Parts: sequence; C-alpha cells; structure tokens
Amino acid sequence: MRSMLERERSFTPVTASVVDRHVLARGSQEKVINNITRKDREERPDLVVLTPTCTSSILQEDLKNFVHRASLNSKSDVLLADVNHYRVNELQAADKTLLQIVRFYLDKYKNTDKLSKLKTPKPSVNIIGSVGLGFHNHHDMVELKRLFLDLGIDVNLIIPEGITVEELCKITQAWFNFVPYKEIGLLTAQYLQSQYNLPFINIIPMGTIQISSCIKAIQNLLFSMGQKVDYSKYIDRQTRFISQSAWFSRSIDCQNLTGKKAVVFGDATHASAITRILSSEMSIRVIWSGTYCLNESDWFKNQVKNYCDQVVITDDHTLVADLIVKADPNAIFGTQMERHVGKRISVPCGVISSPVHIQNFPLSYRPFLGYEGTNQIADLVYNSFTLGMEDHLLEFFGGHDTKQVSEMNLSSENSFSWSREAKEELAKIPGFVRNRVKKNTERFACANSLDKITVQVMYKAKESQSL
Amino acid sequence: MALTKSIEIKDDLAFECETGNYHTFCPISCVSWLYQKIEDSFFLVIGTKTCGYFLQNAMGVMIFAEPRYAMAELEEGDISAQLNDYEELKRLCLQIKKDRNPSVIFWIGTCTTEIIKMDLEGLAPKIEAEISIPIVVARANGLDYAFTQGEDTVLSALAQRCRGKNSGLINLIDRTMSIVIFGSLPNTVTNQITLELEQQGISVSGWLPSNNYTSLPIISPGDYVVGINPFLSRTATTLMRRRKARLIVAPFPIGPDGTRAWIEKICEVFEVEPKGLFQREKDVWSTLDDYIALIKGKSVFFMGDNLLEISLARFLIRCGMIVYEIGIPYMDKRYQKAELDLLKSTCSEMNVMLPKIVEKPDNYNQLDRIKDLKPDLVITGMSYANPLEARGINTKWSVEFTFSSIHGFSNARDILELVTRPLRRNSSISKMSFS
Repeated sequence: MRSMLERERSFTPVTASVVDRHVLARGSQEKVINNITRKDREERPDLVVLTPTCTSSILQEDLKNFVHRASLNSKSDVLLADVNHYRVNELQAADKTLLQIVRFYLDKYKNTDKLSKLKTPKPSVNIIGSVGLGFHNHHDMVELKRLFLDLGIDVNLIIPEGITVEELCKITQAWFNFVPYKEIGLLTAQYLQSQYNLPFINIIPMGTIQISSCIKAIQNLLFSMGQKVDYSKYIDRQTRFISQSAWFSRSIDCQNLTGKKAVVFGDATHASAITRILSSEMSIRVIWSGTYCLNESDWFKNQVKNYCDQVVITDDHTLVADLIVKADPNAIFGTQMERHVGKRISVPCGVISSPVHIQNFPLSYRPFLGYEGTNQIADLVYNSFTLGMEDHLLEFFGGHDTKQVSEMNLSSENSFSWSREAKEELAKIPGFVRNRVKKNTERFACANSLDKITVQVMYKAKESQSL
Repeated sequence: MALTKSIEIKDDLAFECETGNYHTFCPISCVSWLYQKIEDSFFLVIGTKTCGYFLQNAMGVMIFAEPRYAMAELEEGDISAQLNDYEELKRLCLQIKKDRNPSVIFWIGTCTTEIIKMDLEGLAPKIEAEISIPIVVARANGLDYAFTQGEDTVLSALAQRCRGKNSGLINLIDRTMSIVIFGSLPNTVTNQITLELEQQGISVSGWLPSNNYTSLPIISPGDYVVGINPFLSRTATTLMRRRKARLIVAPFPIGPDGTRAWIEKICEVFEVEPKGLFQREKDVWSTLDDYIALIKGKSVFFMGDNLLEISLARFLIRCGMIVYEIGIPYMDKRYQKAELDLLKSTCSEMNVMLPKIVEKPDNYNQLDRIKDLKPDLVITGMSYANPLEARGINTKWSVEFTFSSIHGFSNARDILELVTRPLRRNSSISKMSFS
C-alpha cells in the first residue's frame, strides 16, 4: 500500500515475524526475538517497534518479555507498541504509538545533558502529527513551514515524518507545539505540556476563518511569552491578496452556490473543517455532516453544530450511502467510498479525506491547510458544483451528440453475419474495447474471405493480430 | 566427493527452501475472482478488520461494485466466546439469504477462526439444514496458504459437492472421450480451451467451478480430470481420493509450448493422435516474433508469490530468456511433475542452465541476490516494485499474471505483452535526458 499510494522509492521498513502452523503449535518461542536481532543486524535501525496484530492479540504471548530479551542482544532500542487490535482503530493506534516513542526517548534523555534545557533564541515550534499515508500530508507540511516562516517562527521539529529518534532530544527547545490535525499528535502534545510545560495549539488551519483564529492564538501565546508580535496586518494581507478564497466568496460564481445543498463525510479533522468552510465561507447549505471517527464524536458535534442541519456519527458505509440518497444533495464531499456512491446516483463528489485512492496522492502541490489550501479547497468545491450544473444543462438540452456519431461510424459497411454465440462472446468484452475487437475481427474475416463470424473466427482473429 | 555432488546438481533441478519471509497476497483474495466466476454464490469471510482492510485495498475499485462478498467481522466478544458462534453465523446467513438469495454461501475461514478453533465445518451442516442454502467451508487462511492456494481450498471443498452417477462401480473401461477440467478461468478462456480439445475429438463434460453452483459438473469414479493451473494440488488430491477420479498429470496450458504439451498429454491418455497441433503451435510462435526479439537473451528473476512461477519460467526460457531464480511459495513436486519435467527438457533444448527453485523464499536475501545478479527483469509484488525501479531494476508486478488471461494458444501474446511492458516502457524512457 505504502509503495503504491505514496510511490515510495525506499523499501518500507516493515517486516513480519510470520505466524504459521508451527507457531500455533509451539508458540513463536525464539522466532520473534531472532527476527528482531536479525533486523538489528541487517538494517541497523535506531529503534525497532514490535507491533501486535489481530492474530498475535489472541495468541496472548508475552510480547513484553520478547522485547526485553531482544533488547539485550540488539544495538537498537526495542519497544512494544501498546495497542490492542480489538479496542483501537488505526488513527488512535498511531496517536498512542507516537506518544509512546516520544515518551520513551525523553525518559531516556531526561537525566543526561543530551536533552536541551534551553529554548531557541527566536520563537520556534514543533509540528506534531505528520504521518505517512496521511491525506495530502506532504503538501500540508510544506504549507505550514511557509506559514511559520512568514510569521517569523522557526520550525524546530516536524514529528514524526522524516526525523530520527536522536533528534527527539531537541523537542524541548521549541517554544510551543502545533498540532494541525485532530486525530494524530494530540496525546503527545498533551504529554509535553504536562511534563515539560510546553504549551500547544490545536486549531486546524483549514479555511480562511480558521487560519485567522489559529494565527491569533499563536499571537496570544507568543504575547504571553513576552514577544510583542502583531499578525493582524499579515492576516489581512494574506486574506485579501494571497488567498483568493475570500474574494471568491464575494464573487458572482460563489453567489450562484448560495443555498446549494451538500453533505460532508470523512475523518473528524477534514469533515469538520470543510463543513465550516462550506457553510460560513460559501453559504452552502450542509444538510448533514458526519465522521467515522467514533471516538471523536463529542468534539466533532461541537465543531459543526452551528454549520449543518444534522450530525452523523457512523462507520457503516451503507448507512452513509442511504443518507446521501435521502438528502439528495447537489454535491458530496467525502472519501472514495462516497465518491462511488455519487457515481451511482450521478451526484458529483469532491474527495476531502481518507480512505483514499492513488489519485489522492497528487504529484502537484495540493495542500488543504494554510492560505494556498484555501485556494485548493475553493477550486475543489466550485469544480464539483459546476460539473453538476453542466451535467444538468446537458441533460436538459438533450446531451452531447458526439457519442452516437462515433458509434455509428464503426463497422458501417456491415456485410458479415455474426453467429449467436459470437455475438454473445462479443457482448462479454468490456464496452470500451468492444468496437475495436469487432472491427479487428471483421477485418480478419475479410482478409480470409470468411463471411460468417463464429466464436472460433473471433479467437483466430485475436491470435493473428500483432497490435 | 564435492565435485561429483556439484555435477549431480547441474543435471537435475536444484530445490532450496528458505525462511518463508516473503510478500504475497492472503489466500482470502480468491474471493475477488471466485464470486465473479460463480454467479449465484455469496462469499462470507469470517475474520477481523485486518482481513477486511486487505480485501478492500487489494480489490481496489471492485469493492464499489456491490460485490457478493462480505466480512463477518469478529469482535472481542466473539474471540472470548461471550457471543455464540452458531447464533451469530445463522443470523448473518439469514440476512444474506434475505438480501441476495444466493444458491450457495461460502464460508472462508481465516487465521483468527483457526486460532480460536471455531468449528466452521461442524456448524455449517446444521445451519445449512436450517436455512436450506448449501454452505461450503474453505479454510483459506494465511497460516497455511499463499495467494492462489485460496482458490485451491475453495475448489477442493466444492469438489465434494459435485454429483456423481449412481452406478457405484468404478468404470475403468469407460472409453467415452470426456474430461472434467478444474480451475477457475474467465468464460472466454474456458470457451477457447474447450474448443481446442473439441478439435481433437475430446469433449469437456464440465468445469470445476462452473458458472453456477447449480450446474456443477458430474464427477463419477473413474472419470478423467485435469488441472489448468499449477496451484490446485489439494483439489487434485480431493478429486482422486474422494471422488475416485483419474488425474491426468500434464504441464499447464500456459504459453504455446505448455498448451501443446497439455493437449498432447490428454490425447495420449485417450489414445488419440493429435491433429495439426504442431502447426498450431508454430503459427502461434510466429505471431510472437516481435515480442521475443525484445526479451531474447535477457535475464529474469521470479521472487515468487503466486505459484504460476514454474510454468511462466518454462515459457520464458522457451522464448529465449535466462531464468536466474524461480521463487515459489509452495512446490508440490507430484502435482507439478509434468511441468517440472517440461522445464528440464526446455532448458536442455535451449541449452541454458537449470534455474534454482527456491521454495518459501526470504525476500531480504532475494533482494541481496538481485543486487548481485542485476537481472534485466524482476517479477515481484507491489511492495518491492517501486523501490526496485528507483534502483534502476525493471520490474513486472506479479499479480497481473493472475488477473490476466494467460491460458491456451490464444493468450500467449498477452503473457508477453505483460513481460515486455517494463522493457518497452523503459527503453522509451531511456531516450529522455534525465536518466
């Protein structure tokens, strides 16, 4: 998945200690430990994280003991991820594991002089929650770095993507932490606040209004630390000139969207932010807004309560599909699942959240956060709606006629008789290549002066052709 | 001593077995093609979220097409036996009956049902009787099997549901020239293969699986059966031992050489002189010249993940390629005997060294060997494809061989289309300046 969706050039640093019949019969015994020490030898990592799966959860082996024994024979640190397949989902597990690793290294460095006790001279920030396979995560991080550069704040660390565990000792140098998403990073930030007195901000900078309140919160925080900064001019300039979305909200394009109906579904971060943008920045009526992050339901309800008619908390995609059909919106903003629901009922859909497909890992620069993010979101929203309008107009006026013409031209001088079986066989061929197969077969029949086309002739034609 | 030993190895195929630490698809993936093949079926995979994630991702866009499969997702209550397996499964099966009304429900057992020892085979007959829909149980779990072997477990369970004639006596002198072929292929390919045999005067009395559960082939004691795919050894065993069918051990009809050998072997059993087979093979080879020119003399490395490897390697050697290593998840030397023999004779005819066959390969070690050997093409899974390409090594994603039509004379070109694609693509890229 990782090498496909992210088009990773490196081998994904994940290996399996395979559970097979022997393991069932005799326990994994030395196997897990040998695998850890083998990887330690082969790859020389700083840290090995032993990760339980649904299967190992029910084997109930003493993984903690394996970790202890393996760490005696390895140069690398060894940790057991404290997650239970049957209790947490992937986002919660990521949040917990990140905290676990950060805590482990801070405890390790605590009583050495490695751990920085001094703050950086200039204001600086750790961005926490940047992960592999995150939705538009790489682009978001670039945008956030730019934002902090504009604000005169140094980025101390981006955690965890791209750093080494050694670098974690620098974590306390930062003036504060910034957690751009709701699902991953908050536990770590809370821990750092309670143990190291590092304040954090968890306002998602998605949409013009949210970015403003996020920057204002940063300003207040720095103010309390004795920095007399005033970002109001910056916010004003960015909002009016850099981000096009505030102007877009006033333009007649957006006027046409007023009162259009939409539904929103996704993870808590994106679904809540998009709901607020649609409602308060584009005057679109959000019939319902929902998330599959069941554990974030209270937070989510609170975030969107004034911005949509109804809140939906579920991880059942068939229920979501039914609700979409019932709401009959002009556009859907959801995951790939909702995109396919949209296809079925001919309603356009903008993808705003995982689960996603490879097309949601674009090569071009597509942040969702920050000022450039607002432009991207405006495009996404507007394109979804105009496409819908265009479709309706086409239907109203009888549609394009190009399709019929192109189909009529194919095998027009039809002097061949197709046998019934051959016709059936032809019908099985996928639509988009059917005409080509038909033409090729007829050409073959013509060249071999056959006037009756049977299934055999079709196969022969296929064999004979060199594309 | 050492010297004689090494000579012996050269004369015969060398088999090795590594750690089994390799990438492959979970065998429950067979659901994705079998539900399409058996049109009146419903597949219920009894497992955890992990199984569900795999199916959702591996099947890509297919999951959006309202497939006739579902997960019975085990929760903590199921694992600790707080919930009653029987009641839960009956409830789900009744719901499937109500919503879809299939002719058969397949229960696919997974790692979890194995570990918690859920007695699927015991529960199925009871629920089957109560809801009056046949329930077929297949343990296609990742503890025991790899990828395509999932189909093997399903077909071997299905083989026991085929009806037989009521004679009761094994009819060894029955000379009706008919045969049942086992292995799931798209309908177009089964038609092609059926026609090839009909041209030799041999009729195909049925396919296992058929398009519908209700039209499973009749298999009586003494009937001849033949396999179409190299990964069906359990099914072959079941047909022989339980159904008392006679198995024709032949190479598999992959590539024109394999197809001819397959038909020849069947003809031989029925004592029929094959008609026009050599010419047929020759004609097919002549349509492949342009592709063969691209791969002749090039080397290939199979990392191994779908059990088609021996047949594909044998075909590619015949095409003039050099095979360094054939990785394979599981090697049944009895079921694949004819294929292995053909591989040997192909090597000696083409005058190339016998490739090393590595069962249960270790991907880490294989990547080391690939680094040393620098093959022109590595046939591998998706997890290694991009990283290898980034290191300048051509790769072909192995799963495509499973989901493309590669059987029979008519589809030989499709195999080479796949094999040559990275070579064709990369030769066009190398003209660009950045590489």
